[in-house]
Amino acid sequence: MNGVHDMGGMHGMGPIEREEHEPVFHHEWERRAFALTMAAGFLGEWNIDMARHARERIPPARYLASSYYEKWLLGLETLLAERGLVTRDELATGRPRGRSSPGRVLKASDVGRVLLKGGPARLPERVPPRFKPGDRVVAKNVNPVAHTRLPRYARGKRGVVDRDYGVFIFPDAHAMGLGKKPQHLYSVRFAARELWGPDASPGDAVYVDLWDDHLDPA
Amino acid sequence: MSDHHHDHASEPGSPLAETDLRVRALESLLVEKGLVDPAALDAVIDTYETKVGPRNGARVVARAWVDPAFRARLLADATAAIAELGYMGRQGEDMVALENTPKVHNLVVCTLCSCYPWPVLGLPPVWYKSAPYRSRAVLDPRGVLREFGVELGDDVEVRVWDSTSEMRYLVLPERPAGTEGMSEEALARLVTRDSMIGVAKVEPPARGGPR
Repeated sequence: MNGVHDMGGMHGMGPIEREEHEPVFHHEWERRAFALTMAAGFLGEWNIDMARHARERIPPARYLASSYYEKWLLGLETLLAERGLVTRDELATGRPRGRSSPGRVLKASDVGRVLLKGGPARLPERVPPRFKPGDRVVAKNVNPVAHTRLPRYARGKRGVVDRDYGVFIFPDAHAMGLGKKPQHLYSVRFAARELWGPDASPGDAVYVDLWDDHLDPA
Repeated sequence: MSDHHHDHASEPGSPLAETDLRVRALESLLVEKGLVDPAALDAVIDTYETKVGPRNGARVVARAWVDPAFRARLLADATAAIAELGYMGRQGEDMVALENTPKVHNLVVCTLCSCYPWPVLGLPPVWYKSAPYRSRAVLDPRGVLREFGVELGDDVEVRVWDSTSEMRYLVLPERPAGTEGMSEEALARLVTRDSMIGVAKVEPPARGGPR
């Protein structure tokens, strides 16, 4: 979707504000919002791509005005309500109308193992690659209303396949509940001047991770 | 640089106080419904506040500086090489190491969200997740680097890596001059988080500094 989250190349966002000796969390509620998101994700009711898409669907003005963990909180509330784990009424009142019967709840004793295991997006399926390193490609000019990991600034631009990372989940499908659609993932090198025009530095480049479905031969 | 440590969550009626209440309400709701275990939340928080952080990545970099065979393994298969030091898992399932040289400078961003290699760098700083960095890193990386105090010559190629997939990128910064003979542990102390994102270089040890 052409949301405000897709901000590569935008102007006017202001200076980069750094903080010396920055803590991992700035407030207690950030700790809890972070951990709640991780624990709720473990329920298995949605995948990471759906979680990203839930944050992308925050209305643009609110998205820009929200801090990182506020976005996580809004995304989590959306997912919980959409999956029927809580009702909007329960969210509004904070009072449960009954217990859910979740498939799996993250236990404290499992946290270490679960985090070390992670959630690999790499797939064992043997799918032939459409491209190989060195191939010239063009990123498709598409504007899906659904989730996509093809940023606007790269659409319609020509690049060169730098590396083939192997077969991965295709997030554009996975976020929409359309399965994993296993396919090759590549690092594609775009010259800065191809993306941004003659004012860009001549030797510089941007590498974007893109999947077979994002690319055409150039 | 700003320094905003003040916690406004305690000021009644402020937006942060509202958010604070909202998170508390959500947690008690999910606990009462049997969806989350509060002890698991504490364990998750403790992991990212005390166990996982940029010191992990610094150890990887220092090892690569002193051990050419490890460096070769890191550049060939970063996931496996980093796992040799025990770092793996969530948001670092598939790693790539990017080597900075006198002629190539790598910089990592996630324009679409805030993807970041947690097992080696911990959770990302606020600036990395902010609109200013996400919007400008791909369009004007040299301007961004200048803001971080890094001025690169025209003979240096800047490569920006937009983390649009589940591949996670770790920059292997250049080893600074004047560090010959330093121990791996002392070298790791020189390596900053920012140098592993690619917005800084590793500075040589201050004269009279720790050895």
